[in-house]
Amino acid sequence: MDQRQTNAAEPLLEAKGICKYFGAVTALRDVDLQLWPGEVLGVVGDNGAGKSTLMKVLSGLHPQSEGTLIFDGSPVRFSSPREARDLGIEMVYQDLALAGNMNIAENIYLGREPTRKLLGGALALFDHRSGIRRAKEHLENLKIHVKSVEQKVEELSGGQRQAVAIARSIAFEARIVIMDEPTAALAIKEVGKVLDLIVDLKNRGISVVIISHRMDDIFYVCDRVMALYHGSNFAEARLKETSRGEVIGWIMGTKEKVEKVAHDRVS
Amino acid sequence: MTAYPENSRLEPPESEDKVPLSLRLIPFFDRYGILIVIAVMCLVMWALQPDVFLSWRNISNIFKQTAANGMLSIGMFVVILTAGIDLSVGSVLALGMMTLAVSNAAGVPWPVALALSPIMGMAAGFVNGIGITKLRMPHPFIMTLGMLFMARGLANLISGGVPYSGLPDPVRFLGSARIYLGELDGTRINLPVVFLFTILVYLLFWILLEHTVFGRRVYAIGGNPEAARVSGINVDRTLIIVYTICGFMAGIAGLIMAGRTNSGFPNAGTGMELEAIAAVIIGGASFFGGRGQVLGIFGGVLIMGLIKNGLNLNNVSTFWQQILIGAIIVLAVFIDVLRRDLGTRH
Repeated sequence: MDQRQTNAAEPLLEAKGICKYFGAVTALRDVDLQLWPGEVLGVVGDNGAGKSTLMKVLSGLHPQSEGTLIFDGSPVRFSSPREARDLGIEMVYQDLALAGNMNIAENIYLGREPTRKLLGGALALFDHRSGIRRAKEHLENLKIHVKSVEQKVEELSGGQRQAVAIARSIAFEARIVIMDEPTAALAIKEVGKVLDLIVDLKNRGISVVIISHRMDDIFYVCDRVMALYHGSNFAEARLKETSRGEVIGWIMGTKEKVEKVAHDRVS
Repeated sequence: MTAYPENSRLEPPESEDKVPLSLRLIPFFDRYGILIVIAVMCLVMWALQPDVFLSWRNISNIFKQTAANGMLSIGMFVVILTAGIDLSVGSVLALGMMTLAVSNAAGVPWPVALALSPIMGMAAGFVNGIGITKLRMPHPFIMTLGMLFMARGLANLISGGVPYSGLPDPVRFLGSARIYLGELDGTRINLPVVFLFTILVYLLFWILLEHTVFGRRVYAIGGNPEAARVSGINVDRTLIIVYTICGFMAGIAGLIMAGRTNSGFPNAGTGMELEAIAAVIIGGASFFGGRGQVLGIFGGVLIMGLIKNGLNLNNVSTFWQQILIGAIIVLAVFIDVLRRDLGTRH
């Protein structure tokens, strides 16, 4: 459709002048965002700054009230998560959006089930065997180890669930994965494993947007960080050109360094 | 067991040997425990009434009497899988039955009259589904409670509140026909058609729920409706289909009951929604949705039928039946609570 394809001179996804109103409440005001191919972008901001709302606009869950989204050079408008997903934009929700009563394989393919067509396509049977085989290969490929892909998700630890949720997001040629607080609910020893998984996505050429409150996460995985404050762009910088103190200051709505609160930048 | 690479990102799986036998047996009992309960019940009843209980006549009676509840229960199960409830099935049964009986008395040809019962059931279920999704009723309880009254009122309205008896044989076929199998020790062995029909229906529902995309999505909606929604599943449409299926099965139950009693009576099915819910709960489905199996529901229906039959054979009053069924519902759920404790402790 578009000849430019993935051109590093252009952002893979660009949001321009995004506004989002919920009744009388303005959740986002004129927000801009660029996401480059193969980049990990951190989005920070205090509670209520509009991070989650912005992510839901990007993933099609809440269409924007005003503004445009440009994906791969062409303007797009999503009215459902499915439309965003069809372009390869996936979201990993904070509450993980997994069905605990179903097994890992079924969760990975929920909504995009492998089928066997019978009676000339009139009857679509769920192909358990192919789902299990593909889920197994997919998890092995990502070096995620579980007892069995037929294990129910409710039996997994928080980190394993997060890994399944991330694996699910890239099961179908994802180009962008948006993650809302991927480490917030995890035991400390599991955080590093999930962060490594995010770095792995980046190495596979997938662009990642990650919301996090944890400076450790941001400074471990991100290439660039942007801050929202009261629903507007506040600041952004390449990670190499900023420090924890500065980013924490942005979250609190100040551009002066907050040396007392934070350590200096990590290596 | 294969070795796990050094760079494994997540905890290596615990060895199977560490899991105690009692925990490894849980999945087995989840699936087949109900069959053991039924076997024990049959043994006890056989011991109490050795001549009557295992007679072919009694067994075919059990199947005939439980068939209507079996239809209501499997429809109710699909609804309960989505964490919903359908209180209207007893009334919808009566509505289907009266539509059938009244239209037959008015001279409507039998194939049309026969089809009207399930069609009315589907229509009532569809309205339930629309109310729950599009009218955004806060809980299926409300919508189906409304339908409980509306369908019962409608069944009385179209019949003038009086029973109609006398139906043509083809209409009665499903509820009352028998297939002659042969003779055994001088007694004629007749297999009720409705028994084969029940088996067929449960088989179809097993395929629907375990092996179709639709069925797996029903489970997913019961497990986490939000996850289903963000996965691109059309939750509203699925729920409308689920309630329509439940209404359809109530209409089938009306057809069976009309066939068995050779009549339509407007107070048919009163309270049967609660019996169906009881069978589903005894059969191991979770009220919170997403849990339970078709085989379990079949067992739940059979247990309800066996209790009634066993107590009738031993001349125990129906009041005791109610007390016993109530106690078994509580016990079944309590066992499930204990089981879940055991399952999550490791």
